Amino acid sequence: MQGATQDAGITVSGLACRRGDRVLFSGVSFTLQPGAALQVSGVNGIGKSSLLRLVAGLARPFAGTVNCHGAIGLVDERSALDPALTLERALAFWSRLDGGGVAPVAALGLTHLLDVPVRYLSTGQRKRAAMARLIGQRAAIWLLDEPLNGLDIEAARVVERLTAEHCAHGGIAVIASHQPFALARMDQLALADYAQ
Amino acid sequence: MSAAFATLLRRDLARLLGGAQGGGAVLPILFFLAVAMIYPFAVGPDALLLARTGGGVIWVAALLAAILPLERLIEPDLERGLFDQWALRGISEEGVIAVRVLSHWLSFGPPLMLATLPAAGLLGLSGRTLGLVELGLLAGTPGLAALGVAVAAITAGLRGGAALGGLLVIPLGVPLLIFGAGSLSAGGTSGLALTAAVSLVLLAAAPFAGGAAVRAARD
Repeated sequence: MQGATQDAGITVSGLACRRGDRVLFSGVSFTLQPGAALQVSGVNGIGKSSLLRLVAGLARPFAGTVNCHGAIGLVDERSALDPALTLERALAFWSRLDGGGVAPVAALGLTHLLDVPVRYLSTGQRKRAAMARLIGQRAAIWLLDEPLNGLDIEAARVVERLTAEHCAHGGIAVIASHQPFALARMDQLALADYAQ
Repeated sequence: MSAAFATLLRRDLARLLGGAQGGGAVLPILFFLAVAMIYPFAVGPDALLLARTGGGVIWVAALLAAILPLERLIEPDLERGLFDQWALRGISEEGVIAVRVLSHWLSFGPPLMLATLPAAGLLGLSGRTLGLVELGLLAGTPGLAALGVAVAAITAGLRGGAALGGLLVIPLGVPLLIFGAGSLSAGGTSGLALTAAVSLVLLAAAPFAGGAAVRAARD
């Protein structure tokens, strides 16, 4: 949050995605300024995750361009935490890589789980741990893939509140979710409008 | 960036050496010793024959032992999304693979060379042969480690990737085997230099081959 810079931004124009022989969507364009949030919605398999991976630069677009300014943080269905390590040590690895960012374990209700190996955590607990890792990264751009999956109502509110704080500090959030995500002043992108 | 690579190396070493899951670095070494131990049972207690062929058996055992850790080298990190997170932080796949080759060699090469001492005793190798085998392994195991990491990256995410990886390592490791074991025959010590040369080629190629393979596995 502290690291969110004022010159962060995402410009996507004419983006198309192909999986195998099928073009999932085409002609997706949007621009996000500091403090902006965008929810990408659509049914399963429409290409929400693929869109996030294109924005992250982890996949190559079939057509169109993506321009991102600012560090990118990604939370998807994989927590990227070593299952054999305790949660504390698994988060400490990323903290060292990210230059000592502090993960907000207390806000996410993870304090009592710090000495538990990651492989014993439930789906929702892993998701919260991944959020903690993301916040510790202090990236300006958050890409959240189904961030509320597996979370109980209380944890979902916490994630929504942390995302709102991130945007209030000039960060950008792109949320791919089929569930409602409560966030003030959030743009909507219905991927069904661009499907082939 | 060098601090990042130091952090990666520490994690790799803890993961590859640690016995927390799957026996760590101990399993390939035990396998290596087991091969050296059963060979005399199979060919009989002829001391001359054992001493003459023992060096070659150690090389074969080393090549086979190199196959065991393959599936733990790249696949788990790819599956759990760590490579994606590193890419987002600007840490190149080539860099991660190079660090992985170093950590894999540290957890595999020196223990194997230590285990060669009891193995040489079991096979009744002469002091000169043992010295040549150790020098050959010093020259050859870095290449085996590089080959193992590259093949692990290429087969990561494939169904039956572990078995396929083993099949790929064996033919590609044959040059190391030929020169390494060849250095044991009379007047073959130039084989050591050739073993080291093959190792250097594998070390130079592995980060690029492995990095490209990890990127290709994303699509």
